[in-house]
Parts: sequence; C-alpha cells; structure tokens
Amino acid sequence: MRFLRQTLAIAAKDLRSEIRGKEAVNASVSFALVILLLFSFAFDLEPAEIRDIAGGLLWLIFAFAGTLILNRSFARELVNDCLDALLASPVSGAQLFFGKCIANYVLIVIVECISLPVFVIFYNVVPQRLALLFLVMLLGTWGITVIGTMFSAMTVNLRLRELMLPTLIYPMLIPALIGAIELSRVLITGVPLAESLFWFRVLVAFNVIFTILALALVEIVLVG
Amino acid sequence: MRLKIIVTLSVLAGAILAWNLHRIFLQVPDEASQGAIFRIIYFHVPAAITSFTGFYIGMFSGVGYLIRKDLRLDSIAASINEVSLAFATITICTGSIWGRIIWGIWWTWDARLTSYFVCLLIYFGYFMLRRAIDDPTTRARLSAVLSIFACVDIVLVWKSIEWFRTQHPGPVLEIRGGGGMAPGMEAPLWWNFLALLMLATALVLIRTRQEGMRREIDALRRHAHAF
Repeated sequence: MRFLRQTLAIAAKDLRSEIRGKEAVNASVSFALVILLLFSFAFDLEPAEIRDIAGGLLWLIFAFAGTLILNRSFARELVNDCLDALLASPVSGAQLFFGKCIANYVLIVIVECISLPVFVIFYNVVPQRLALLFLVMLLGTWGITVIGTMFSAMTVNLRLRELMLPTLIYPMLIPALIGAIELSRVLITGVPLAESLFWFRVLVAFNVIFTILALALVEIVLVG
Repeated sequence: MRLKIIVTLSVLAGAILAWNLHRIFLQVPDEASQGAIFRIIYFHVPAAITSFTGFYIGMFSGVGYLIRKDLRLDSIAASINEVSLAFATITICTGSIWGRIIWGIWWTWDARLTSYFVCLLIYFGYFMLRRAIDDPTTRARLSAVLSIFACVDIVLVWKSIEWFRTQHPGPVLEIRGGGGMAPGMEAPLWWNFLALLMLATALVLIRTRQEGMRREIDALRRHAHAF
C-alpha cells in the first residue's frame, strides 16, 4: 500500500509539473502532427492501401512522439539537482521509476488520443474495431513506456542523451512494435482477428517481462 | 601464462580450421538442391552459435560485475560482447551471400533476419553507451544492465523461428530436431564451431588484456591530473 501511495505521489508530481509547463506534451503533439504531414508527402496511396499501412504509420507516430516525452522524464529532474534530492528521499528506485512510468504512460496515451482522430480525419481511415484498437494502444504504449523510462534513467547523465535514447530504445521495442502494428492493421482493416491473437500474447509477454526486469534493475541504474 | 593460452588456442583453432577446410571443400559432396553454396553453412551456423554463446557469457560476466563490483569482470564482458558482435556480423554477411545465391536477393525482411539485425543494433547501442560514459563504474553498471535487457531480446531472436512464419530455412541440425543433414556433412560443422569458439576465446583474452591496460592508463591519467 505504501509502495503504491509513494509511486502515485511521484506520478502526480510529474503530471502536475507537465500540466503546468506543458513542455513535453506540446512538443510531442506538434511533432506527431509534423510526422502526419510528412507522411502525406512520402506516400501517395489509394484508400485501400492506406488502410493496410495505417497500423504501421500510427505506431511510428506514437513511437517517435513518445520519445520526446520519455526524453524529458528524468532530464527534467537534473535542474537544481532534483534527481539527487529524489534519490535521497525515502522513495525507492523502483517507486521512482514506476511513478515516472505511470506519468509517462498517461502523457503518451493523451498524445495518442489526440493523434488518432487527426490521423482518421487526414487519411480518411476509420478503424473497424475502435475499442479493441484502444486496448492495443494501451498495451503497446506500456511497452514503449517501460523500456523508454528505463533507458531514460540510464541515459539521463549522458552528454548525448537526446541522441542515445532513440538509438537504444527503438531496437529494443521492435517485438512490441511488430505486435502492435500487426494487431492495429487487423483492427483497422477489419479482417478476422483469430490468426493475429498470438500478437496479443507477444505484447502481454513483452510488457510483463520488461516491467519485472526494469523494476528489478532500476535501483542499480539510479543508485548503483 | 595468458600469452601461452592465446598462442595455444590460436594454433589449435588454425589447425582445426585448415583440416576442416580440406574436408569441407574436398571431401564433403555438394548438397543436392543448393549445390556448392551450401558450404557457407559451415561458417554461418558456427559463427551464429558463437555469437549467441558470447552474448550470454557477456551478460553473465556483467551480472558478475553487478554482484562483485570487480572492474575486471566488466572488461571481460565488454571484450566478449565485442568479439560476439564481430561473429554476429560474420553471420549476417555469410547469410546474405547465401541468400543472394539461393533466394536471388541479398536481404529480405524475414522474421529471423530482422531479429538478428535488431540484435546487432542493440549491441551497437551497447558500445555507443560505453563510449558515452567516462566514469568506469557507471559505465560498467549501465553496460551490465543493458546487456541483461539485450539478452532477453536474444531469446526472442532464438525463439522467433518457432514463433513467426518465416522463409528462413527450418532447423537442419539434429540437436534442434531438424535431422535434415547427413552425419558426414554435420560433423565438420561442429568441428568448425569448436575452432571458432577457440578463436573467439583467444580474441577475448587479447581484448581483455587491452581493456586492462586501458584501465591502468586511465587510472594513471587521473592520478596525474590530480597533481
């Protein structure tokens, strides 16, 4: 219970700070819109073809835009040595990490909830099974969040952290992204889901494995 | 002592490779459907197994560092991962050459090839991370954690042949339930694996020694700056 309370305190702190400043969310939403614009120049496709690749496009937007939020997650604590203060407080590394994960997760889901309708309007792609697509978004985003927050903690003190984070996390995220893209494609186009249910298991397994691993190792990363 | 081990391993690896090359090119017949190019498997598969073995030993060495906080273990982990990365590159290159002849293309986004490529990118990231950190203990700590994450990804790579539909050939070795290779043709593959493993061990010993020297130089440099 104490673990949860302190975790939520960290999450609330991060969310409050972001709501007041809106630095990362504004940048992330703007970046998502820019990518949506660039895709219109990169692809000149028929409506049926767009439906086929819509899942991939969506997850590229989510992954790229999400990185901007993840990059700020620990970096915002560097000012005035706030990270040292947080580590010195009676909050464990796992609580700090999990709290930041929850805050990042909420922020990335907000960015996705703004990007998805814009994508639907711009590309005239109406998802066939919206509720399930939202479930896939929630599952895939947790994978991005856990890996991203963990690597954000690892790279926070590096000179080239803005460059290092995407380089490190995108290859790590490939299994989750493949699963999310495949499921999104199926749910947007409306083809039978039965054959792709396997990818739900991959996504869940990915999330569970990396959440446990991150919680077990984050103390080493943050404290030593 | 270390030098003697390096020389012995290198000589033995060289001798086995020379003997094996004689067998592969002059005694083993061409494969019925693939022809002469199938011989690339004698380097492709052993290099792949060597790289996987190395990545895992590298991870355990990293875990050893996290437990004992001995920087020598970090040097060993970095050396093993570096040599394994070289062998992984050999695997990708030999596979690509084979693919050009059999599939008619240098590369395809087949699940296993993609996973292997992802694996390479993760380890490129591992070395980028190492280069970006100056403090030896932080470098060792974060590298070990990254190595653990990377090895979980390797499990996905290893299992992907069963998980994903793929155009990559199915398991051919008896040990993986393939049974698609005649015993006379399979034996040189395991000898090559032994030779490459010896070669990899010799290279790791050389790299570990270099890492140790670098650590000493860094310590001396810090000492000199302190005055």
